Amino acid sequence: MDDIILQFINGLDKGSAYALIALGLTLIFGTLGVVNFAHGMLFMLGAFCAVVMQRILNISAVTIDETQKDFLGRPLEVKTPYAELWFGPEIGQVIVNWSVPLSLLLAVPFMALVGWVMERGIIKHFYKRPHADQILATFGLAIVIQEIMKEIFGANPIPVPAPQSFAGSLDFGVLLGFDPNVIVYPYWRLIYFLFSSVILLAVFAFLRYTTFGMVVRAGMADRETVGLLGINIDRRFTIMFAIAAIVAGVAGAMYAPINSPNYHMGMDFLVLSFVVVVVGGMGSLAGAVLAGYLLGVLESFASMNTVKDALPGIDQVIIYLTAIVVLLVRPRGLLGRRGVMED
Amino acid sequence: MLFGLNKKDTRFLIIVVLLTLFTPFLMQPFAETSPLAQFNGGYPDLMAKVAIFGIFAIGFNILFGLTGYLSFGHAAFLGVGSYAAVWMFKLLTLNVFPAVILAVIMSGLLALVIGWISLRRSGIYFSILTLAMAEMAYRLAYSVLTPITNGETGLQLRPHDPRVLDGPGAPQYPNLFGLELNDSYFLRLGDHVFTFNVGYYFCAAFAILAFYVSLRIFRSPFGLMLRAVKANQQRMNYTGLSPRPYTLAAFVISGMYAGLAGGLMAAMDPLAGAERMQWTVGGEVVIMTILGGAGTLMGPVLGAGTIKYLENIFSKINENVLHQWFAFLPDGLENMVVWLIAHFTGEGWALTLGLMFMLVVFFMPGGLVEGGRRIARLWRKRRHGGDGGADGDELHRPARSPHVAE
Repeated sequence: MDDIILQFINGLDKGSAYALIALGLTLIFGTLGVVNFAHGMLFMLGAFCAVVMQRILNISAVTIDETQKDFLGRPLEVKTPYAELWFGPEIGQVIVNWSVPLSLLLAVPFMALVGWVMERGIIKHFYKRPHADQILATFGLAIVIQEIMKEIFGANPIPVPAPQSFAGSLDFGVLLGFDPNVIVYPYWRLIYFLFSSVILLAVFAFLRYTTFGMVVRAGMADRETVGLLGINIDRRFTIMFAIAAIVAGVAGAMYAPINSPNYHMGMDFLVLSFVVVVVGGMGSLAGAVLAGYLLGVLESFASMNTVKDALPGIDQVIIYLTAIVVLLVRPRGLLGRRGVMED
Repeated sequence: MLFGLNKKDTRFLIIVVLLTLFTPFLMQPFAETSPLAQFNGGYPDLMAKVAIFGIFAIGFNILFGLTGYLSFGHAAFLGVGSYAAVWMFKLLTLNVFPAVILAVIMSGLLALVIGWISLRRSGIYFSILTLAMAEMAYRLAYSVLTPITNGETGLQLRPHDPRVLDGPGAPQYPNLFGLELNDSYFLRLGDHVFTFNVGYYFCAAFAILAFYVSLRIFRSPFGLMLRAVKANQQRMNYTGLSPRPYTLAAFVISGMYAGLAGGLMAAMDPLAGAERMQWTVGGEVVIMTILGGAGTLMGPVLGAGTIKYLENIFSKINENVLHQWFAFLPDGLENMVVWLIAHFTGEGWALTLGLMFMLVVFFMPGGLVEGGRRIARLWRKRRHGGDGGADGDELHRPARSPHVAE
């Protein structure tokens, strides 16, 4: 039982990442009708925002401390991050330490810009082209972004630590009445889960309760009529694309402490998030979220030793297997609307 | 009238055969001593790669070019073909024929299974299904199937392999009835050196065969059916025809082509690794086909040749070479230009590939063949004046699928 609970909560944080990426993909597909193979790259760009923020905050002033000597007997060079110089050592240390949450300040405007440029520069020209062309163009874009990141940040993963205050683990089992240290859950993963829940709720609330969201939903249902009512639906869809990019970006930035950013994480998550979207149902926002969590948890269960012993290799393929079964049994996905991309 | 082809196609085939035979000359236009020698591509490894990827792309084109089904999972067949071939080398004999035959059979069987499942859906779902299948195959090859695939190390030949058909004096390298594939004959003409490699000609023979079969398929009623699938599947259904058997046949054929390519790859270099099955390799063949021109006969081969050649050349250009080239510029400018270009060459080849690919999809959806046609039409127009013969929807691109909101 404790094993099952442990795997369940372990699956939640990965599931959150899947859900956020898949939500963005579905938003783009639902609004613009474009299959965006570069969406995993947006997640990766977000993760690298965390890296950049960490580096920015660690830019240091070098002062020479005459009272101390290094091992060669020269005066010691002390590096102090500017943040500490400006805000005093205590607050400065906290700021440097909190680089990951602070990177959201960078990620949101940057991802909005990337999303807007991508939509206006490339995606716009592919509204009316077949899905195959969209896949190919965005696939090419994905390669380009991946290679640029490789060029800038190198091929190795860059570890980005979570703030010190979240370093430990929550002894989740004790809360449920199990023995201590049976079910432990790192604080940061808990934070990630809560964070992504907030983002998901915010996106849904935005679509549900604002006029803008209403117009977008109307546009998703019948773009032409909304356009005929004198509403510039294209502009709103562009904004939705930027929002989808932001969602993927902040998901990536906050995920950086869990999975050290590297240049191929975009491709890794791309395939998975597509599988998630398809399982959830193309064009269904709730489906994408549900499928994200479902697949995250399933993947986690499949990596249990008892399961692996019974079905060797299942942990490697469970997601794809699920996708294949779902697509064959229920082509429109778990929560897909009837008649949407059902062929 | 030769091999059941009409006059035009016969001429076409003969041109292709001649091009293939004289590739060692054509890809080696510069003398060894000339500074342009690094643009020579006439060494066996590269030529064989062009032939092999040409086969791969021709096969992929039979599926994608004719039916419009975009598969991202063809790398799986390439990998299975390689594994099958290396196992034949290990167990039976180092003669390449059994290896290639088994490679084709095994990948055909796998294609039958994957196609049977994936072809229940079309469009983006089909792409995702094939992607999922290939990714599954790749991951299994790395984990559970290690006894068969030798995991990360890759499957290799060992001195103590059984090789039941090989006698004691048999060659120790993949061979064609005793003629080792890495044997080469060098022809020196002045400063030029031309290499004639057994392995290349072996691959080239298969490439010509592959091209001929694809030509026949394009011209056959079967090929017409496949085009019908792409043009309008619904109308085909209403006519009382089921597209499934046709698409499945196309899928299996293209899978067998991929397996053949994989087998030949193993024959040229008897080592099979799981990275050959990664879906990005499947993406590469998509790029080749699109770059050359999907749905055209020559396109995939052109695309494969262009990409493999450029990959080879670009990867060789490092900063030193660039500095030599731009030595005539003032120093500051030279460094800037070199710095800029260096990002696109050497290690940065993939970046160039991605950009090139985007540009092609953007501006020239018909690929190189379409580009060539446009140029030819312009030229003809200028000579004759007036219309150079509009050829309508020659690419048979599928109709745009309806937007979700529609």
